[in-house]
Amino acid sequence: MAAHINIFESVRANKIKSWLLFIFFIILVGALGAFFGLFIGSVYLGLAIALIIGVIYGLIAYYSGDRMILSMSGAKPVTKKEYPHLYHTVEGLAIAANIPPPKCYVIDDSALNAFATGRDPQHASITVTTGLLNVLNRQELEGVVAHEMSHVKNFDIRMMMLAAVLVGIVTLISDFMLRSFIFGSHRSSDDRKDAGQLGLILIVVGIVLAILAPFIAQLMKLTISRKREFLADANGALLTRYPPGLASALEKIKKDPDPLVDNANKATAHLFISTPFRKTKSFVASMFATHPDIDERISRLKAM
Amino acid sequence: MGLGLVIGIIAAVIILFLILLYNSVIRLNNQVKNAWAQIDVQLKRRADLIPNLIESVKGYMKHEKGVLTDVTKARTAFLNAGDNMKKKAEASNMMTDTLKSLFAVSENYPQLRANENFMQLQEELTGTENKISYSRQLYNDLVMEFNNKIQVFPNNFFAKMFNFAAKESFEASAEEKKVVKVKFD
Repeated sequence: MAAHINIFESVRANKIKSWLLFIFFIILVGALGAFFGLFIGSVYLGLAIALIIGVIYGLIAYYSGDRMILSMSGAKPVTKKEYPHLYHTVEGLAIAANIPPPKCYVIDDSALNAFATGRDPQHASITVTTGLLNVLNRQELEGVVAHEMSHVKNFDIRMMMLAAVLVGIVTLISDFMLRSFIFGSHRSSDDRKDAGQLGLILIVVGIVLAILAPFIAQLMKLTISRKREFLADANGALLTRYPPGLASALEKIKKDPDPLVDNANKATAHLFISTPFRKTKSFVASMFATHPDIDERISRLKAM
Repeated sequence: MGLGLVIGIIAAVIILFLILLYNSVIRLNNQVKNAWAQIDVQLKRRADLIPNLIESVKGYMKHEKGVLTDVTKARTAFLNAGDNMKKKAEASNMMTDTLKSLFAVSENYPQLRANENFMQLQEELTGTENKISYSRQLYNDLVMEFNNKIQVFPNNFFAKMFNFAAKESFEASAEEKKVVKVKFD
């Protein structure tokens, strides 16, 4: 079955991309640290501190990234007694997907949305909003959960989680550095004259990098999201053997009068099944949209 | 000397290929067995839910004794089937059909349908029915993977050597596919 081959390839691609993400993060943090080092008088010290912090943070991101994302989003763990319908849905689809059932979390929000996170299928969780649970019928909820389950099985969640918690911090560091530039810092009086010109170039590159870093980070997230979403839609439909379920759910999500999920932010937006922000029609918005056009997703599903 | 080395390398590659093939077929075989056992777990779970269900509807559906005893009979048949595959399959199909009838008939009792306990059990049973269906789906998917693995070229030659035979996928019974006709006594 073509989808099985796709899943296998996806898994491998995602694992490689996760590594690349981590390496890119380390390089970026190291570069920013080195430039910052210029201001405290030692490039190497800045670099070393940055790398140590980077590696430690990277480990934290890998092992606790899901907990960070869940608490940032206001997701609460729930028991089978409180939400039997959700549990049955997740457990059933986990059987079909041949993975252990992910833990269930709920966000108390009227917006219709859901996401999955974790570092692998053995350490995964699926979150849905109360709005989604109230509005979707059985088949529609299965469609959404199957989509999230596919993200879990594909190891999309690992890459998406790392993108959220690594990119978020890079943006913070860049912001911090920009502020340091603006509010003035002095080159060390120990600097030798022949290093002056090189230092100037480094400063300029540093400024450029500090401004560009958030954009690089965002674009990086984008290339991750769109194709993955289509694939998760397709694999989810394969799990349920019922594409109209998810198609119908997406129709309802599309009609959501207030899609704003209160606790979503730019770092976590790409994790959700549908954009958690109010829709704006502008080129910039579409460039930075974290999800493919919902109408196209619906028509692809209906064509299956 | 040169020829011997070449033959040695080719032999080593073939042996490596055979080891990898054999191991992956064994793994798939075990996954298939596991998936088959999974189906049983869900069927047993459904059977376990039935006594509670009967208890909760008994009071309301006093005049539907036929439907209730049908469900109980199917359950007993399932539990008594032991390891007999055919009997188990027949009994579990009977359970599906009789439960369908029971829930169809319950439509006529709005008080029952509003009962908390009944609603919980209904959710449990629906969830379990879905799990039965998904575990059968998984079984079929794995059987297909297994069959593909042993039937493609060049694996098919070696499959015969290792005595790997194609497996049968699970077919939904004709009974299960039929829409249940509700009888009102």
